[in-house]
Amino acid sequence: MNKVHVTTTVNGDETEFLCEPQDTLLDVLRNNLGLTGTKEGCGSGDCGACSVTVNGRLVCSCLVLAVEAEGKEIGTIEGVSEKDHLHVIQEKFLEHAALQCGICTPGLIVSTKALLEANPSPTEEQARYWLAGNLCRCTGYDKIIRAVMDAASTMRGGA
Amino acid sequence: MSEARDFKYVGTRSIRPDGFDKVTGRANYGADLSLPGMIWAKILRSPHAHAKIKKLDTSRAEAHPGVMAVATFQDFPSVSHEAIEAGEAALDLLDLARNILAKDKVLYDGHAVCAVAARTEAIAEEALALIDVEYEVLPHVMDVRDAMKPDAPVLHDDMFTAGLPEAPTTASNIATRMELKKGDIEAGFAAADLIVEREFYTPTVHQGYIEPHACTVRYTEDGTSMVWCCTQGHFDVRAATARLLKMDLSRLKVIASEIGGGFGAKTTVYLEPVALILSRKTGRPVKMVMDRSEVFRGSGPGSATRSKVKIGVKKDGTFTAMQAKLCYEAGAFKGSPMGPGCMTVFTPYDIENAYVEGYDVVVNKPKVAAYRAPGAPQSEFAAEMVINDIARQLKMDPIELRLKNAAKEGTQTLYGPKLRPVGLIECLEAVRNSEHYKTALKANQGRGLAAGFWFNVGGQSSVTLNMNPDGTATLVEGSPDIGGSRASMQLMAAETLQIPAEKITPIVADTEMLAYNGTTGGSRTTFATGMAVVEAAQDVISQMKERAAAVWNVTAEQVDYADGAAINTAGDGRLTVAEICAGADRTGGQISGRGNINARGAGPSFAVHLADIEIDPETGHSKVLRYTACQDAGKAIHPSYVEGQYQGGAAQGIGWALNEEYIYNKDGILENPGFLDYRIPLASDLPMINAIIVEVPNSFHPFGVRGVGETGIVPPLAAVATAVEEAAGIKVTDLPLSPPRVLKAIQEQSNG
Amino acid sequence: MATVIFSSELQRLTGEERTEVAAKTYRELLDQVTARYPSLDRQELMGMAVAIDGEIIHDPLLETVRPASEVHFLYRISGG
Repeated sequence: MNKVHVTTTVNGDETEFLCEPQDTLLDVLRNNLGLTGTKEGCGSGDCGACSVTVNGRLVCSCLVLAVEAEGKEIGTIEGVSEKDHLHVIQEKFLEHAALQCGICTPGLIVSTKALLEANPSPTEEQARYWLAGNLCRCTGYDKIIRAVMDAASTMRGGA
Repeated sequence: MSEARDFKYVGTRSIRPDGFDKVTGRANYGADLSLPGMIWAKILRSPHAHAKIKKLDTSRAEAHPGVMAVATFQDFPSVSHEAIEAGEAALDLLDLARNILAKDKVLYDGHAVCAVAARTEAIAEEALALIDVEYEVLPHVMDVRDAMKPDAPVLHDDMFTAGLPEAPTTASNIATRMELKKGDIEAGFAAADLIVEREFYTPTVHQGYIEPHACTVRYTEDGTSMVWCCTQGHFDVRAATARLLKMDLSRLKVIASEIGGGFGAKTTVYLEPVALILSRKTGRPVKMVMDRSEVFRGSGPGSATRSKVKIGVKKDGTFTAMQAKLCYEAGAFKGSPMGPGCMTVFTPYDIENAYVEGYDVVVNKPKVAAYRAPGAPQSEFAAEMVINDIARQLKMDPIELRLKNAAKEGTQTLYGPKLRPVGLIECLEAVRNSEHYKTALKANQGRGLAAGFWFNVGGQSSVTLNMNPDGTATLVEGSPDIGGSRASMQLMAAETLQIPAEKITPIVADTEMLAYNGTTGGSRTTFATGMAVVEAAQDVISQMKERAAAVWNVTAEQVDYADGAAINTAGDGRLTVAEICAGADRTGGQISGRGNINARGAGPSFAVHLADIEIDPETGHSKVLRYTACQDAGKAIHPSYVEGQYQGGAAQGIGWALNEEYIYNKDGILENPGFLDYRIPLASDLPMINAIIVEVPNSFHPFGVRGVGETGIVPPLAAVATAVEEAAGIKVTDLPLSPPRVLKAIQEQSNG
Repeated sequence: MATVIFSSELQRLTGEERTEVAAKTYRELLDQVTARYPSLDRQELMGMAVAIDGEIIHDPLLETVRPASEVHFLYRISGG
C-alpha cells in the first residue's frame, strides 16, 4: 500500500488518517473523516466554499494536500460553535438572514472568523475585500456583510 | 382573507428553523451522503462541439481492475420523442435521454458520452482515458443568427420548424416559430411621433450555483431504488428517472438533500438515471458528483439571444405600438424559454398594438435549462433599453414615461388575460420617492432604471400537519428549501393555528411520505405550498373544534376558535391546542391535517430597479455605486427572505449585465468553465442593495402572497446597461459590458 | 355566454379571433370549441393552461365557467 499515514489535529481533536499522496485536504476531511461541513464548489481555489484554517491561517482546502496537515492544527466549520451554543458569528448570520441556500455559509463563517481574528474592526470595504474569495450566488452579499459588521461590533464588546 | 390586518407571526423576521444546521456545517447537501460499499462514477464528455460517434469501445476501461461497470445510451430502455410531465412544462423523453448520454452524435463540448463506475473516484477518472471513441467531426454552429441561416450546419435532420404558415420540407435548426398579436401594429406605428428601434445581444450565461450537481443512489436486488440528490423538485426527479428507466413511481424513492442553489437549473436530471443504471449493474451504491468544469460544460445554462425591439410613441409619451423579434438559443436540443420571453417582453405596459415574433433555435452548446424567470430577462432587457432611449429622446423622466403607460388592474396582456390588481405603479412611485432617486450624480457616473415582470405559477403541493399529544406539531411538506421557505411555512402555520411558531417543526419530506409536490421554482413555493399549509392547518382546526364539541357536548358549529384555543359559544369552556391534543386519544385519536391542492390564482410580481454606475474611462471598468430593488411581494411572510430574493436576483442580473458570458473558441470549445474566468459578482463588486418591499395583496392567497423569487433578475440588465450608457456616453448593443467592451465603445465614440 | 378568445397562433387554425360558448363547465366548453373548429386538436388544447377571467389555471378540467367569463388558452408557463 502506498498510502501515507498522517497525524494531525482537527478542531482540537487528535486525528490520524491514511491518504494517497495526491489527495487534497478537502477530500480527506469530507471522505475519510466524514467532516462534510466543508464543501467543494470548484476544486480550484476560486470559490472559497472549502475554506478552513491551517495553524490559524485561512486557506482553500482544495489547494492543500492532505499530507501537509501532518503535525498541524486544522480548523473547520465543525469547530466553530462553542460546546452547546453558537459562536457570535453564527448567531449574527442567522439573525441577519445572511444565508439562503447555505452552501457558501460554512466557508464564509470560517473566513469571517479568520478576518475578525486578524482585524477586529474592519471597515465595510475591508470586510468585502477579505471575503471576496468566498462566492455567494444567492444573497448578493448585503445581509452577509451586515452580519459580519454586527458580529465584529458585538465581539469588540459593543451592543 | 387578506384585508390589511395585524398578523402575529406572518411578517416577522424569525430565525429559520433549518438555520442551526446550516451555520454549523451539519446540513447535508447533494455530495454529502456516503453509504457502505459505495463506489464512484464519472462521465466521459465530448471534446467536440459537433461530431458523429463512429465507434465507442469501452473494453479497455472495463478490463481495468478497479472498474466495475460502464453505461451508455444503449442502457436506456427504448425511448422516443414522447412528452413527459416532469415539471411545470413537458419534457421530450428522447431529447432528455440523449442529453444525459449521447446517442449517435455529440452536440456540444462537454456532451456526456458514457459513464464509468469504479472503486474510487480517482480510478473512475483514470478509466475515462481508457475509453476509445472514434468521432467524425462535423461543422458546428455557435450563434443563433448563424444557426438560422439556410446554409447553417443542421444539428437534427428530423427537426422541421413548427409554427410556420406552410409545413417546411427541409430540416432546420429552428425548432419553433411563434407569434403574438394584438390590435393593428401598422396603424400603431403610423400614429407615432417617434419610433425607436434597437438590436441587442445577450450571451450564454450560467445560473452559477455554488453546489455542483451530485447524487448518491442505490438500486436493490428487487428493483426498489433510492436516489439522494440536490434538486429543486424531487418528485420531478422521480417522474423523469422512473420514466427513463421504466420503473413504477412507488419503487423509486427520491430524497431531496439540502440544495446549494438551483435558480431553475436543478429542475431536470443529468446524473441520477446514469447512477441508477450503474448501481443496478454493480449491485453497489453509486455516487456521482460533477466537478466545476462539468457543471459549466455539461449542465444547462441560460439562453443567449438576439433581439430587435421597435417602439412607437406620441410626443406626450403615450406608447402607440410595440414590436419585437426575439431569437433564443436552445442549445443542442429544442426548448428555449422563447415562449415566456415573448409573453413577458411588453407586459409592464398597457398597449393596444403589439406584435412579437419568437424563434427557438438549436446551436452546438449545452441544452439550456431554466434560469430564474426564464426568457424574461433577455426580452425585457431589450424592451426597457428602447424605453429608456425614448425617455432620453423625449427628454422625459423614465419613471414618468413608465407611469404614463403602466400596466395595472384590467390591462389586457399580450398573451391574453386581463391583469388582476398588480403593483407596478406602486413600485414606480416607491422608487421615485426614494432617497436614491433624488441623489445627484458626479462625473463618469450614470443612472439607469428598468421595470420587470414575471407571471409566477401555482401548481400542486401536498402537506400534512401532524399534531403531537403535547400540542406541538410537525409540518410535513415536500418543497426543497432553496431560500428559507421552511421559515415561511412555519410562520403561515403558526398564524393559522395561532400558536407560537417554535411549536411547529417544518420538515421537507421525501417522495414516499407525501403525494406529489411540484418543484420549488416558478416562484410558487410560498404561494402554493403556503396555501396547502393553511389548508392543512384549517383542517386541524376543524378537527379540534369537533373534539372540543365532543368534550362540551355541543355541536362543532357552536365552537369558535381564536388565539390558539377552542371556545364554547354555547356555554363555558376554553380548550387550548395543547389540551385538545393531550386528550385526543379519548376523543377519536390523534389529529392530523391535510392540504392537497393544485393552486391557482398565482399573482404576478412587478419590480422596478435603479442602478448607479461609475465608469473608469481609462479601463472601461464599471463600479456599481448604488442599487435599489423594489418589488411587489403581495404580502411578505418573512421580510428578510423576501429582501434576500430581491438582492440575490439583482446580483445575478448585475453579473449578467457586466461580466458573465460563455467564451467559446473557433472550434466551439468552452474556454472559461470555471469561476475564475466565468466572473460572477464578488462581495467586493457590490454595494449594499436597498430592497424595498411593496405589498399589493394577491386575493387568491390567504395572506395575499405573490411569488417573488424570479422577477428580481429581470430589471438589472437594462438598469445597469442604461447606467453604463449614461456614464460612458456610449450605446450598448451587446452584453456583458465587460471592461474591454466598454473601453472599445468609449474609444469608438471619441473617434467616430 | 362565455367568450373564448383565441391567441394569434390559434387564430390561424380557427380563422376567428373570438367566439361565444354556452357552457357551464370547462369540459363542455372544450367540447363545443373543438366541435365548432375541427382544425383544433383536442389533445393539444387539453395540454394547455387556461385563463378564466384573468386567473391562470393549469388543470382546468373540473373548472366551472360563468356566463360572462372570458377564457383564453395559454401555453403552460414553467419557472426557474
